This record gives sequence, C-alpha cells and structure tokens, in this order.
Amino acid sequence: MIETHGLRRTFKSRQGDVEAVAGVDLKVEKGEIFGFLGPNGAGKTTNLRMLATLLPPSGGEATVAGADLLKEPAKVRERIGYVSQVGSSAPEVPGRTELVMQGRLYGMSKHEAQARAQELLTSLELEDCGDRITKTYSGGQKRRLDIGIGLMHLPGLLFLDEPTTGLDPQSRARMWDEVRRLRENGTTVFLTTHYLEEADALCDRLAIIDHGKIVTEGTPDELKRQVAGDVITVGVGEQHEAALALLSHQPYVREASVEEGELRLYVDRGETAMPQLLRLLDGAGIELATIALSRPSLDDVFLRQTGRSLREAA
Amino acid sequence: MKLLRDTWLMFQRYLEILLRNPAWVVIGVLQPVMYLVLFAPLLKSMAATPGFPPGGAYNVFVPGLLIQLGLFGASGVGFGLIAELRAGVIERFRVTPVTRFALLLGRALRDILTLVVQGLILLLLSIPFGLQTSIAGVVVLLALVALIGLGMASIAYACALWLRSEDAYAPLVFSVSLPLLLLSGVLLPLQLAPAWLRNIAALNPLSYAVQAGRDLFNGHSGDPDVLKGLVIMAVLAVVGIWVGSRAFSRAVA
Repeated sequence: MIETHGLRRTFKSRQGDVEAVAGVDLKVEKGEIFGFLGPNGAGKTTNLRMLATLLPPSGGEATVAGADLLKEPAKVRERIGYVSQVGSSAPEVPGRTELVMQGRLYGMSKHEAQARAQELLTSLELEDCGDRITKTYSGGQKRRLDIGIGLMHLPGLLFLDEPTTGLDPQSRARMWDEVRRLRENGTTVFLTTHYLEEADALCDRLAIIDHGKIVTEGTPDELKRQVAGDVITVGVGEQHEAALALLSHQPYVREASVEEGELRLYVDRGETAMPQLLRLLDGAGIELATIALSRPSLDDVFLRQTGRSLREAA
Repeated sequence: MKLLRDTWLMFQRYLEILLRNPAWVVIGVLQPVMYLVLFAPLLKSMAATPGFPPGGAYNVFVPGLLIQLGLFGASGVGFGLIAELRAGVIERFRVTPVTRFALLLGRALRDILTLVVQGLILLLLSIPFGLQTSIAGVVVLLALVALIGLGMASIAYACALWLRSEDAYAPLVFSVSLPLLLLSGVLLPLQLAPAWLRNIAALNPLSYAVQAGRDLFNGHSGDPDVLKGLVIMAVLAVVGIWVGSRAFSRAVA
C-alpha cells in the first residue's frame, strides 16, 4: 500500500537546514494498521504530510496506494483519506454539511453524498449531533467527524495524524475500536502516535522514529523481543543511587538505570534474578519499598534504541 | 467543467457560512452608513466651493462611499481564511482533488455578492438624503465595486496565506487601506488637493474608480474617465486573481 525509499525533507531555519525526515524506507501492507511511534518533533507528521501529498519531499521516492507520489499526486489524492492533527471541520458548519461537501469535492452527486454522509453519521454514532454546528461537539465527537470526513469517498488508505491526542480515556478507547473496524472493512490505516499504549494495543506493525529516522520496526511483540529478558523495577526511596551502584555490577544485570525515582534493571531471567537482588539489597541495608517484574514495554524498546525514554523525549 | 463545479461548491459553502451569521453583512454596511449620516452633511455647504465637482454633495460623495465599501469590505476577508487555516479546513481541502483555483474563486465570488448587496443597501439608504441616479449608473458602479472586490479580496487572501496570523494581518490591512482611502478622493474630492497630493493620488488605482463613479452619477456616463476606471479596475482584478491564485497554489500545492 505504501513503499518509500530514502524519503527526506529538509526545512530551512535560521540555524541552518534542519532535517525533519532523514531518509525513511518503509513498507506498509494492504489491510494493516501501521503506526509511527516517536516523541514530538521526531518527524512523524512531516513524514505523514509528505505521503498525503501535502508537502513535497526534498528527496527520495514513494508509491502510495499504487500511484507514484511525485509523478501522480492527483491519483494519490483520489485514493487516500487524511485526518490531520488539528481537525478538519469549520466551527460554524454542521457535521452533516461538512461530510456532504467532502463527498461533492470527490465528484459525488448530491444524492450520493447525502446517502454516504448518513451512513457515516450512523456508523460513527453522530446521528444526534449531525445537524448541529461542530463548535458544539465534544472532543470525541469532533474526532469521529474528522474520521468520517476522511472516509467519505471510501479510500483504501487512511492517514491518521495523532488520532487520540487530547481525548479522554473513554473517547480514546472508542477511537481505537473505530480504527480496528476500519481494518475489518479492508481499509489500510497509517497512523502516528506518541502514546506507547496506543501503538502497542492498536498497531499490527509499527516503526519507531526519532530525529527523522526509523530506528526500528516490526510488530509490537517483535520489537519487545529485541529487548531480551525481563525488566525489574525496584523502589528504594532515596537510596536509589546506592542501589544502582550496587546492582549495576551484578553479572546477571544487563543494564540498569534510574527513572522517575525507580531503579530499572534489565535481566535475562527475572524469576532467578529477583531473589538474588533481594538478598543483596538486604545485605547492604537498603530498604526496599516496592519491586515489580515485567515484560519489556515499547518504552524499553525506545530506550534501548535511542538511549532516552520516550516519556522524557515526549 | 471541473473548475466551474468546484467553484460553485465553494461559493455555496461560503455563502452558507455567511448566511448563518447575516449580521456580518449589516455590520459591514454600518461603517459607510455612518459616513453617510455623520460626514456627508458636512459636504453640503462645501459643494459650492470652487473646485468641488458638480452634481451636489450626495451625488459626489455616495459613489466614492461605495468604492470605500469595496476596499474595506474586501480587505478584511483574510480573517476568515486564517481561522480556517487554523481549524485545518484548508489542509483538508488540499488533500482532495478540488481545483486549487476554485478555493480562491469560490470565496471571492461570495465576497463580491456580499459587496453588491451591501452596495444596494447603501444606495437605497442614500436616496432619502437626496441621491439621484439611474439604473445604468447603479449597474456600472456596482460592476466597479465588484471588480475592486475581486481584486482586493484575492490580494487579501494571498496576504492571509503568507502571514497566517491575525496579529500580523490586522495591522497590514489597516496600514494599507488607510492611505489607499485617503489617496482615492473618497472623503473630499481630489480636485481640492494641491498638485503634489494629486500626483501621488494618481498612482492609486482606486482614485480612478472614484472618478468614474462620480462621472456615472452626474450624467457623464459617456466620459472616457468611466471606461478608464473600469479598465483599471479590471486590470486590478486580474492582477489580484493572479497573485491570489499563486498564493493558493503555492500554499496549497
């Protein structure tokens, strides 16, 4: 559905050229939910905007929905839907009117556009507010309308830029269901997010992007498997520096770091490392407040690839 | 034809948005009405001054007032575009196959319609004050206003697309439209101006529209100045559309 080679975009600034996207190769298959995960400013949106014909690339090439991005942008536009981060509806216009307008711009007759708008209002559960102006919508309703606008012409590929940023947890869960339903209907979804949970729960495959480059890509499970072993999180109050000094030299600890006042240890086998840790800390007189064993998260993947935590970078 | 269809769709959209708040049409007329009521009476006693054009105070002042309406009405249209840029509406249109030119033309046509309606309201209100005119004079004057609207609105949209912020756009509008107004002879005829001021005013295209409007309303419809005004405004409109569509197709590649 999407294939890019060496896609680049440079912006000019007073400090010189800034490479927002620095050579991206990627492949997205038909019917999957593909995600770009990365902190703000990583180049996610720039990349998406290039693929959606909004921004000319500085270099590289891409095929989007079967058409050459550089040579046939008009064909690309006919086949994709795009939902931007900031929204897409005018505050003074009713949702239904926006949907019909969108359909008309894709060449639908008035009748076709009205029928399709009704269909989308029903499926997105916006019937109650469809005839109200969008200024009165809740965050979740507005976002669903944005998606409806993007889907009006039945595109095979939908770009979603940060679809759940700013939504409350309930609306977010609702949005995830909506995106999954798109996949069931055969629509390919390309989304960006800086939420780990979102990438983990929603994406079939994802690429982690930082400083304009893809640092790694794969299914969420594949990525987490890169971080071999388990993570043990230890809460030791004020004594974490002492604990770090003590534990980071143990042979079974691959990596250790302090994050948000907690000690984070990467070990090969958590179940055997735990008792040894407990003994050591006890022997050194360091009082243990909490201890937890977990499988690595996408944040651990990000940390491993970039040396920073995504939570900090974002 | 796709351009016509897209333009019509855009025109309908923006007309509908305007009709949701028709108060704006009235507010736009309010300022010229104030000039009509609170300023024009001052001209009555001046009409006898040597150099003041013939035809009576209102027949001299009202045509200029309509040109002023066109200038001010069209130069403020960028605010709406900036709001739409911020709401993501323009970006949404950019991803559709819509003809880029229609994004400009549809809006500008809505602006022209607004100006023509406002101009008619203003003319009707002027009649009780003593304005005397003919249908032909009104039609040609409104055509002048429409051309100004098309040219100025297109340029205003281009500025909005370049600046993308009300904070930058507002001062630009004020600092450009005020000298254009003062140098057009709307408030007081340029015939009263010293030669140097008249020479500067000659560089202002709007001064020709004002002159043409006055000729139209004072029984000189056949005067070459009328044709000259129309041609200059047509050129302004063409240049405006060119600038505007370039700005749109660049921002909206």
